[in-house]
Amino acid sequence: MRHFDYTRAADAAQAIAAHAQPSSAFLAGGTNLLDLMKIDIMRPAAVIDVNRLPLNQIDIRPDGRVRVGALVSNTTLARHPHVVDHHPVLSQALLAGASTQLRNKATTAGNVMQRVRCNYFRDGISPCNKREPGSGCAAIDGHNRSVHAVLGTSDQCIASHPSDMCVAMAAIGATVHVEGPQGERDIAFLDFHLLPGSTPWKEHALQKDELITHVVLDAPVAGSKGAYLKLRDRASYQFALASCAAIVALRGGVIREARIALGGVGTKPWRAKNAEAVLIGQAPTDAVIGQAAATAMQGAVPYKHNAYKILLGKQAIIRNLSTLVA
Amino acid sequence: MNGIAAASSNAWAHGGTMSREEMPAHAAQPGGDKLHTIRLTVNGQLQTLQVPSNAVLLDVVREQLQLTGTKKGCDLGQCGACTLHVNGVAINSCLSLAVMHDGDSITTVEGLQRNGMLHPVQQAFWEHDAFQCGYCTPGQMMSAVALLNDQCIGTDDASVREAMSGNICRCGAYKNILAAIQDARTKTGGAG
Repeated sequence: MRHFDYTRAADAAQAIAAHAQPSSAFLAGGTNLLDLMKIDIMRPAAVIDVNRLPLNQIDIRPDGRVRVGALVSNTTLARHPHVVDHHPVLSQALLAGASTQLRNKATTAGNVMQRVRCNYFRDGISPCNKREPGSGCAAIDGHNRSVHAVLGTSDQCIASHPSDMCVAMAAIGATVHVEGPQGERDIAFLDFHLLPGSTPWKEHALQKDELITHVVLDAPVAGSKGAYLKLRDRASYQFALASCAAIVALRGGVIREARIALGGVGTKPWRAKNAEAVLIGQAPTDAVIGQAAATAMQGAVPYKHNAYKILLGKQAIIRNLSTLVA
Repeated sequence: MNGIAAASSNAWAHGGTMSREEMPAHAAQPGGDKLHTIRLTVNGQLQTLQVPSNAVLLDVVREQLQLTGTKKGCDLGQCGACTLHVNGVAINSCLSLAVMHDGDSITTVEGLQRNGMLHPVQQAFWEHDAFQCGYCTPGQMMSAVALLNDQCIGTDDASVREAMSGNICRCGAYKNILAAIQDARTKTGGAG
């Protein structure tokens, strides 16, 4: 690993001020940043350690929202009794991600900020517009079977977003609370991650020197059930080929509210509102669920080795929804 | 890339003793000549160390403290050979900076034994032949001890396999590792 200047920040203001130096990075759990620094893909000249900031609390608000501190570990969030009871989709998604050791160290904000697993991004040599703007995308005509998307891609980048947690948050609905030189602000979760478009190096909506301090989950949908289904090459410790976070509330045999989000198939945590619209007001028959799944994958663009993801994405939705409403 | 990692390894390995003249040329890069004083409690012993910013916890444990039981496998958080406990929690020490751990309590595989007696998990690994080459074994045992101490992890075989999935064994001793962990659970009444 290259050398860098290390600062241990005591509070958010100090962290934000230290981040003003050029080429700087906030360090939380480090499971992604240090990994990328070791393989020389990220090369910050200054690293600001935010682990001592008082951001490791989970607070349940009177309105039913849950305020999750940026430094809450993936393990702690997955096991929190309120999250297990009221947001099972989030608990399941977190536990489906990574390994025990990584979940113990990885943080909520770090998970939101984690970067793509495309091998061409990580190899440091291949053309990659994310790593080196204008160099091209080796994945489009390369090995694009497992960690490449079919939804939200562009001719500049097709890497899929790797997070499970973010897929659950996209379904639940959330707000990313940030603090920066201009003060505090909220970013809607669905607006936080950006599509690659013509600027794949722009991955998120953070402005210069802004620090994520909390993620606030929306109140749970009354009377709903939720689940996360992850399909992958092996049963544990593997990124999703396709995954589905689903939340459904039924009344009188009719779907009153539905939330569908997908992982593994999109360049960002993929909320499928078009599929939700198909479900709402309908009885959850096989035909309706099948139509919703087909709608979710409308507009999907297959690449040489990942066309199967269009079918797998549909089947993830069908299986998850069918199990939930059974 | 490997060249950079290898070259910088000298800088951290002797962080406490290397004079300025001995520091490699690239130490003049940002932060290169800044040493941080950290205090770690390692296997019950307080250690005061001088480490550069980019010293990785795994490397400091192995090279500066000479506790070589903790192994370097993939060095990227994928294999689990470097697993140790920080304040009782299992982490991959290859993905953590030593300087992040000032004030922390660390247990390595060397800290499992009590008064010269093997820890029940070590004894069970021995009795069940839960290793072949042995390289992954320290990490496997550290994860095993953590899961036996963790009331949130189920006691069934599937839960144990899931909790152990961050520890790769290229010899494929998984069956005996699982048997060893479940046997250690029985013999210790659950707590590792």
